[in-house]
Amino acid sequence: MIYLYRILSMLAYVLLAPFVGGFLAGLDRKLSARMQGRIGPPLLQPFYDLAKLFKKQVLAVSRYQFMMVASFLTMVIGTGTLFFGGFDLLLVFFVLTTACMFFVLAATVTNSPYAELGAQRELIQMLSYEPMILLTAVGFYMVNGSFRGVDVFYTGTPAIVRLPGVFIGLLFILTIKFRKSPFDLSTSHHAHQELVKGVTTEFSGVLMGMVELSHWYENVFLLGLVALFFVSSAWWSSLLAVGAVLLVWFLEILIDNTSARVKWNHMLYSAWIVTAVCGGGNLLVLEIIRMLF
Amino acid sequence: MPKFTKSPWVMHYDGSSCNGCDIEVLASMTPLYDIERLGVVNTGDPRQADILLITGGINYYNESVVRQIYSQMPEPKVVVAVGICACSGGVFRDCYNIKGGVDTTIPVDVYVPGCAARPESIIDGIVQALEVLEKKSAASAAPTEGESNA
Repeated sequence: MIYLYRILSMLAYVLLAPFVGGFLAGLDRKLSARMQGRIGPPLLQPFYDLAKLFKKQVLAVSRYQFMMVASFLTMVIGTGTLFFGGFDLLLVFFVLTTACMFFVLAATVTNSPYAELGAQRELIQMLSYEPMILLTAVGFYMVNGSFRGVDVFYTGTPAIVRLPGVFIGLLFILTIKFRKSPFDLSTSHHAHQELVKGVTTEFSGVLMGMVELSHWYENVFLLGLVALFFVSSAWWSSLLAVGAVLLVWFLEILIDNTSARVKWNHMLYSAWIVTAVCGGGNLLVLEIIRMLF
Repeated sequence: MPKFTKSPWVMHYDGSSCNGCDIEVLASMTPLYDIERLGVVNTGDPRQADILLITGGINYYNESVVRQIYSQMPEPKVVVAVGICACSGGVFRDCYNIKGGVDTTIPVDVYVPGCAARPESIIDGIVQALEVLEKKSAASAAPTEGESNA
């Protein structure tokens, strides 16, 4: 029976994640506008943007660009599919890293100075958040005794009870992953930045559309990771998870609208310090408790 | 079917403007005028832009820059000349370093006069540009359909 659920969950991710991701992106733009005292675009604006991008002329700068962007999209979908199928978290995170590497390569093959600088910043961003991602997987192992995502459904208490520090650390690096201020170094949703569009500078038409689509898939996967902290064998835990996901999304938008971009070294050091103190500290305490009792 | 007119991404380039029109272009993004209502995104990237807003006349130094930006934009694309200097050269028309309006260098679709052009007229210019954009996308789609039929 559980296998059927896992297959359905994977199918649901592949088919529905673009709609959920696009809707969340629309909510983001609407909420941001309201926070700034504006009316803002329609809620479905990201879908209009995507439809337009798929119809625009493509000015490919390099013949490898399409292959790299397509690989990025495929690997991101793969990441989410493995995650929602309840597979090994380590496998999920390694596939995610591979996807991000394709994104960096897609920018680097263009030889554009702006895209290359954006790609370098993207690498620094990866350097900043990767340790915390790995600690998250280790944390789930220590709590569930297994790396498999599906095993959270067999535990009595949600993981957040024993992994609050890991959750705070993950929240911190999620701002980097969602490309929100203050950590939108490699590319920004806003026009006012020094790198044109950074890592996405040379993507036009359908290429940009595929990048947008990948980010929607990625966002849904990341919010799924947030939900993983709240689900347990109890039925009400799913409601708790949905509430937590919406709250986290709102907080990300709030942080995006209330903070300015930081320099890369500030991002790197702060992310690693938070990882070591919150994530590492949490795991250390768990280990000590396990040794004592 | 969603149209191009629902998602116009704008790129703003300052030619030889005195910054008067530039400030008004930015003003149309502010809460009072909020052009994002129409789905407009102010992008700094010509590769992702649909509408090119140019303020100020063209001089002999930025002529090649304007041509390059225009050539970097994917089809269909529309150019809006904002302010009288961008339309005709304005009071700087006879200066030794000014070539003239934007249409001396690249084809212009919509002219927004004014010194400085008011945010209301800039928004009106963009709305008119949307109609041109729609016509251009229909025109560019027509030959492709013909090819597929043949």
